[in-house]
Amino acid sequence: MIHQYKLNGYNIVLDVFSGSIHVVDDFAYDAIKIWDEEGKEKAAEILQSKYADNTEITEEDIKNIMSDIDELVKDKKLFTDDIFEVNAFDLKERHTEIKALCLHVAHTCNLSCSYCFAKQGNFCGEEAIMSAETAKAALDFLIKNSGERHNLEVDFFGGEPLLNWEVVKETVNYARSIEKQYNKNFRFTLTTNGVNIDDDVIEFSNKEMQNVVLSLDGRKEVHDRFRKTPAGKGSYDIIVPKFKKFVEKRGDRDYYMRGTFTAYNTDFLEDILHMADLGFTEISMEPVVTAPGQPEGLTEEDLPVLFEQYEKLALEMLKRKKENHPFTFYHYMIDLTGGPCIYKRISGCGAGTEYLAVTPWGDLYPCHQFVNDPEYKMGNIYDGITNTKARDEFKLCNSYARPECRDCWARLYCSGGCSANAYHATGSIKGVYEYGCRLFKKRIECAIMMKIAEMM
Amino acid sequence: MKRIKTIETRNMAKSLQNGGCGECQTSCQSACKTSCGVANQKCEKAEK
Repeated sequence: MIHQYKLNGYNIVLDVFSGSIHVVDDFAYDAIKIWDEEGKEKAAEILQSKYADNTEITEEDIKNIMSDIDELVKDKKLFTDDIFEVNAFDLKERHTEIKALCLHVAHTCNLSCSYCFAKQGNFCGEEAIMSAETAKAALDFLIKNSGERHNLEVDFFGGEPLLNWEVVKETVNYARSIEKQYNKNFRFTLTTNGVNIDDDVIEFSNKEMQNVVLSLDGRKEVHDRFRKTPAGKGSYDIIVPKFKKFVEKRGDRDYYMRGTFTAYNTDFLEDILHMADLGFTEISMEPVVTAPGQPEGLTEEDLPVLFEQYEKLALEMLKRKKENHPFTFYHYMIDLTGGPCIYKRISGCGAGTEYLAVTPWGDLYPCHQFVNDPEYKMGNIYDGITNTKARDEFKLCNSYARPECRDCWARLYCSGGCSANAYHATGSIKGVYEYGCRLFKKRIECAIMMKIAEMM
Repeated sequence: MKRIKTIETRNMAKSLQNGGCGECQTSCQSACKTSCGVANQKCEKAEK
């Protein structure tokens, strides 16, 4: 299977199963398309006849193009067969140890953002704070179920985790006190709305957190539309100075400014550039995921605008890189030579198998987006996974599990997509959130084009 | 090749033999929390 597209003056051909990428001229682009549709022999005839009167290309040129394509086929870089499908389900079975937990240390929040999937932090349930005992027991559970994995990830999440900051610190210190004896390396992430950031949070996080995710939606008016205090006041002016200080003191350590865009700011490029102009260089901006019919929800009519925004973003990033003031966009980071292996490309995020969310009470869910859905309660940190039906369903959830993905060129980039999005859009974790797919494919096309532009 | 330039990419077939250590980051943990992309994940196996 191949995928061909034209972007920013480049003719790009992706060979899906080898992962190969080719940049070609117009004639080779056409030849590959016809070869794909009609087969080798017929393609040669069609091309000779089609270009017989074209002075820009000779018969010899066409023969050379066909010979080059032949060489790529022989080298298994074009029109390669899918050698992975037969093993797809075995591949997913291979590792079922748990390696990552999303610790919901606070099911409460000091902001009241109306678009919040966690319903202002309580996930449609009781407000609650995780005790240090529960958090430590969650780490014990992780170590016990992590097999030979060395790197273990824990994200302090909520609600707002800084509302339970002392427990966060105690949990990290506990992890550091036991990781050597179990030959583990804990990597912590803190996801915060920023309201309670102070010097202690900055100092501790910059020492202990491998990554911090800081929620900012962009321009003040955009941010303040949704991200309000319980009294209804926008939070932009409270948090931006704190984020600036946090990032400034962070040095080279990882962070992301993480925004959400909605139907109210389909010109989200302006919000990304606003963050870049504030001095933030690591940026992630996600499309809102809402129930159908919500005013902030993105619609079919928005898609052409969003596609254009993604293209303009790619061009602006190339320009700023050339001018020596680059910034990173999470979805345009793509490592073509050192990126994920086929196992990762097939198995994806690992929700419900390698990755679990833990509530303040120690209950386990497949990921943060399933929390408090009784059907998907997996068990708890004391008794382990007891809902084996749900676990087995997630075990088989990979890039080959969905019939809709069968003919999709992007399935080894998205690994089948987000199960939670699929569930909320279709009622099944094996469904497909088609809207998200279309945005995802556009982003991958842009990301690959940027790599090519940087190399050529 | 005059009209086709191939960009260097990781050999997927080879990674079937030498991949799968599982030490890489969980994709959703890093920044998005609402999507699932693996293309931007780094491979953490020392020898590929």
